[in-house]
Amino acid sequence: MKTGKAWGPLHPETETTERLAKTGLPAKRQLELYHFMKLTRMVEGRLGNLYRQGKVVGGLYSSLGQEATAVGSAYALEAQDVMGPLIRNLGSMLVRGVQPREVMMQYMAKSDSPTGGKDGNTHFGDLKRGLVAPISMLGAVIPVMAGVALAGKMQGKDLVALTYIGDGGTSTGDFHEGLNLAAVLNVPFVLIAENNGWAYSTPTSRQMRVRNIATRAAAYGIPGEIVDGNDVLAVYEVTKKAVERARAGGGPTLIESKTFRMKGHAEHDDAGYVPKEQFEEWKQKDPIERFERHLLGNGLATQEDLQAVTARIDAQLNQEVDFALASPMPPAERAFEGVYA
Amino acid sequence: MATVTYLEAIRQALWDEMEQDPRVFMLGQDIGTYGGAFRVTAGFLDHFGPGRIVDTPISESAMIGAAIGAAMMGMLPVVEMQFIDFISCAFNQIINFAAPNHYRWGQQVPIVVRGPSGGNVHGSAYHSQNPESYFHHTPGLKIVAPGTVADAYGLLRSAIQDPNPVLYFEHKYLYRRLKDELPSGDGLVPIGQARLAREGRDLSVITYGAMLQVALEAAGRLEAEGIDLEVLDLRTIKPLDQEAILATVRKTSRVIVLTEEQTTGSVAGEVAARISQDAFEWLDGPVHRLCCPDTPVPYSPTLEEAYLPNVDKLAAKVRELASY
Repeated sequence: MKTGKAWGPLHPETETTERLAKTGLPAKRQLELYHFMKLTRMVEGRLGNLYRQGKVVGGLYSSLGQEATAVGSAYALEAQDVMGPLIRNLGSMLVRGVQPREVMMQYMAKSDSPTGGKDGNTHFGDLKRGLVAPISMLGAVIPVMAGVALAGKMQGKDLVALTYIGDGGTSTGDFHEGLNLAAVLNVPFVLIAENNGWAYSTPTSRQMRVRNIATRAAAYGIPGEIVDGNDVLAVYEVTKKAVERARAGGGPTLIESKTFRMKGHAEHDDAGYVPKEQFEEWKQKDPIERFERHLLGNGLATQEDLQAVTARIDAQLNQEVDFALASPMPPAERAFEGVYA
Repeated sequence: MATVTYLEAIRQALWDEMEQDPRVFMLGQDIGTYGGAFRVTAGFLDHFGPGRIVDTPISESAMIGAAIGAAMMGMLPVVEMQFIDFISCAFNQIINFAAPNHYRWGQQVPIVVRGPSGGNVHGSAYHSQNPESYFHHTPGLKIVAPGTVADAYGLLRSAIQDPNPVLYFEHKYLYRRLKDELPSGDGLVPIGQARLAREGRDLSVITYGAMLQVALEAAGRLEAEGIDLEVLDLRTIKPLDQEAILATVRKTSRVIVLTEEQTTGSVAGEVAARISQDAFEWLDGPVHRLCCPDTPVPYSPTLEEAYLPNVDKLAAKVRELASY
């Protein structure tokens, strides 16, 4: 980006306005969105505590600042739809019914975790809840979810497959191959590219020369949308439109969500390479605080309502943490089981 | 009963599985109207329609990735690699997505990736490979490599019905050269079971794929010299049939592992290591790997002949080891 500063405005196409996108969602459902965003942040807060206590045996990944993209997009899906969340989509998983204890036990490698200690973090799936587990190699989930969409079409299931990719992940071959295959087969597929400014320590300008990931949709002959990723209502609405289009036989959509990663790549990374000004700027655009101002300002909720949400989650998480801590470590012999189905 | 070629046996297995089970479908390049580069799927598009015979862009990674996704949703995809050499373009999807999926989170991935492997047809470096050793290392995969018409048929049907990712390496040299009767009944060949292709007393050749024919021809020639070869056709190269391997070693005490791979890091090396470790006291001589040299596959017939194992090279090695 040619600006006077080393950083400059990250996403001028979606300069944040205080007013959020128009939505037809009633107050009750907007409060549900608020619940899931707040739940995401508070679960990650608890995970941070467990990490600092040495209870998390591997790395810890955060979606701080990106909760609106995960929650708003997942909220636009129907029960029969299938999703492939990535590491910064805890919010999507919570919307799909994942319980905080499952994620906590995953991070702590406990015997009762969804993978029984065989894998960590958010790397687990459950097709009964429409969740496909990702792998660490970015881009790989895209063709897999195109295949999920293809199967759904073959089986007449009326489902839509949705997954995510980061700005860095768009540089992979599977991004191209998968999106292109989905496009030529015209399968019901939605890809959300979360442009959060940084891929580990690499700025987006080192991943691509195009300013907007969404313009790449033209290369596949599919619609490309840009959305303010810190506006949960905007994310919900644009995803809803893409999902409905896909369900009606209109094929894939690429949605670029402009957002910002408020922490390092993982907990060990202090993100010293990110200019302080960027953090300060995006702190003002915090998706949860913006949504709170929207709910309060438009009379959709009172301060007491919001405090009640927080209190409820807090009480729930006390129990979830206790449950997760009580689970034993897996028995050693499990290491040798389950290679083959 | 009429005889069919090895290629026709593959086609018949695909046809029968697609007829029998609506979950089976195919992804591949040029498999529809064109019927595949080797015509394995000729006639399939007309019969099964474009909903089940899916022509794809030149995107091996996306083809196999899409198969993985469809398989998780309950379909039974069969992906054709136009030449098996191109499977390397989808390496990540196979070894990182498909293979560990069941171990990681309990979700099975019943895909089959099949395609023409092997040399001796002057295909040069990118249309002659035997890539099994790259995958042999990876937990969660199964690998089969038929060397007969009956196994070409039966192993493919078993592969499609298997709940795990199976790589099916068919040998293009055998496509139209090998003819035999198809078995009666469903013809299923269990994955994981070797077959004693020839009983003998003096020395065991453990092999698979097109090298099986080399071993059998050599056995006929050596019989006249008074050397009685036993030939074990592995058929499945992952998981290996450990018992069958040890049984033939205990019987003859002399072993050559004959495969069409470059020697270093080969499946043959793994077989030899298992014999050394688990049947050492039964051996009367070193376990020999007769494979290809550690070079890319060369193009010119004189070079390719120098590269590939053949009956003369095997017979010479047998004579040497028999008198060890």
